Amino acid sequence: MKYMVMMNTMKAGQGVPAWPKKDLQAHIAFMMGLNKELHERGELVSAEGLSFPNQAKLVRAGKDGRPITDGVFPESKEFLAGFWIIDVDGPERAYAIAARISAAPGAGGTPLNMPIELRPIMSGPPQEMV
Amino acid sequence: MTKPWDATSEQLLRELAPQVLGSVARRFHDFAAAEDAAQEAMIAAFTQWPKEGVPDNPRGWLIHVACRRMADHVRSEIARRSRETAVAAEAETFSPTLEIEADMDPDDTLILLFMCCHPALTLPSAIALTLRAVGGLTTAEIAHAFLVPEATMAQRISRAKQTIKASGVPFRLPSPHERLERLPAVLHVLYLIFSEGYVSSIGSNLQRLDLAREAIRLTHNMKTLLPDNSEVAGLMALMLLTDARRAARTGPDEELIPLDKQDRTLWDRAEISEGIELLTAALSKASVGLYQLQAAIAAVHDEAASAEDTDWPQILALYELLKRVAPSPMVTLNHAIAAAMVYGPAKGLELLRALDSDPRIAGHYRLDAVRAHLLEKMGDHEVAIKHYRIAAARTTSMPERNYLTAQAARLAGD
Repeated sequence: MKYMVMMNTMKAGQGVPAWPKKDLQAHIAFMMGLNKELHERGELVSAEGLSFPNQAKLVRAGKDGRPITDGVFPESKEFLAGFWIIDVDGPERAYAIAARISAAPGAGGTPLNMPIELRPIMSGPPQEMV
Repeated sequence: MTKPWDATSEQLLRELAPQVLGSVARRFHDFAAAEDAAQEAMIAAFTQWPKEGVPDNPRGWLIHVACRRMADHVRSEIARRSRETAVAAEAETFSPTLEIEADMDPDDTLILLFMCCHPALTLPSAIALTLRAVGGLTTAEIAHAFLVPEATMAQRISRAKQTIKASGVPFRLPSPHERLERLPAVLHVLYLIFSEGYVSSIGSNLQRLDLAREAIRLTHNMKTLLPDNSEVAGLMALMLLTDARRAARTGPDEELIPLDKQDRTLWDRAEISEGIELLTAALSKASVGLYQLQAAIAAVHDEAASAEDTDWPQILALYELLKRVAPSPMVTLNHAIAAAMVYGPAKGLELLRALDSDPRIAGHYRLDAVRAHLLEKMGDHEVAIKHYRIAAARTTSMPERNYLTAQAARLAGD
């Protein structure tokens, strides 16, 4: 079963977290270690980190169909920081991975306990049999 | 002397794969490394044979190449740790041309199947390893079939082999008692390979490796090795009787066409006859099992000239048996559908109520989809629309979501 694991941490307008270097390094090492482990277990389909919200644009088609771009407004509550696509045995394993990511170390090594959104990826038609 | 590479050569290579692996694994007592060596020999053959022709003794050629790879592997292992001298000596003195014909064991494929479907493995791992070690598929083909990167699939296979290694299972046929105990797990893996292939073999996915065909081929091999097992025959029949409807199952825009709306002239008559013949022979033999019963239900559908001609009382009776042999909420659900066809939708809806309190299926989209369908038959369109929409929001299958949304829209437009 494939899932998309979304890490919604950043708030619009927020830049790089002002953590001590040691804590930032621990956070990055945690993420790299997790990706390595998911790969080694044969569960990682892809993983991407996204640029900061100040690089984001909202795009709409104008009356003539041409793009109208706009910035992201500071009141946006949550912002997607990165995502994983995983292929796992079942929902329990997906929950476990999401919980690991949620508890990634933050300032002073304290677990961030971020909210992680988990969504099953739509598949082909279901089996018709019993 | 060689023969030209043709359409049958690829099939031949896949048939030989488990024999080559079996031969190397038995000689070197190292399944994990032998599996890598056999895979490398397969890839070498896929590269060389189309250009240079198929050798006269293709099995000998493959074993020879695999053993050479294996010897290289053993030598590099020795360089790291010097204790496995016995195996090293064997690698040095091995002369493939002399010994190849003598070490063929027809049970190798069966041993490999039991090994790859080892209970210590997760299902995705068992599936991937079975396709590679027994099916003779390359990692790239398997990765493509499951839409994951090749590196991911390679890791999954490598990890599965490490698990088998750690479990210490020897390379030999399990005892008859153990075989009986573990057969359901093997059949389940083959069944999952089939359904993965069957559900994904539509439209834009057609270029994907045909896993349903692979599952049928592997089950066919298994049936040759265990000719008296009626559940193996039952599974084979179930696959054929289901696969026979493949061409009628989706429309031009990849939309799902339910069984009662399918163009039955598109059903594969040859596959249906073969399935029914297999099933008839199996049913006459022994106690009836899960796969034989499912095959029997598929056969009743396949034998009906039109949806209206379907022998629903017989399907209902088969579901009642299935409820006793292999009870599950999905069986209860299908039993309710059959009961609705025999006694009317009210009876079906009454039976569905028992499932509302079953946590294994309450909240599953199929329950809402079936309820919507039966409510529609009762003429309660408003509530039917509601349940079609609930079902559409709950399914994780894209074609199913499109189908259910269309059902709701159709009723709403009445």
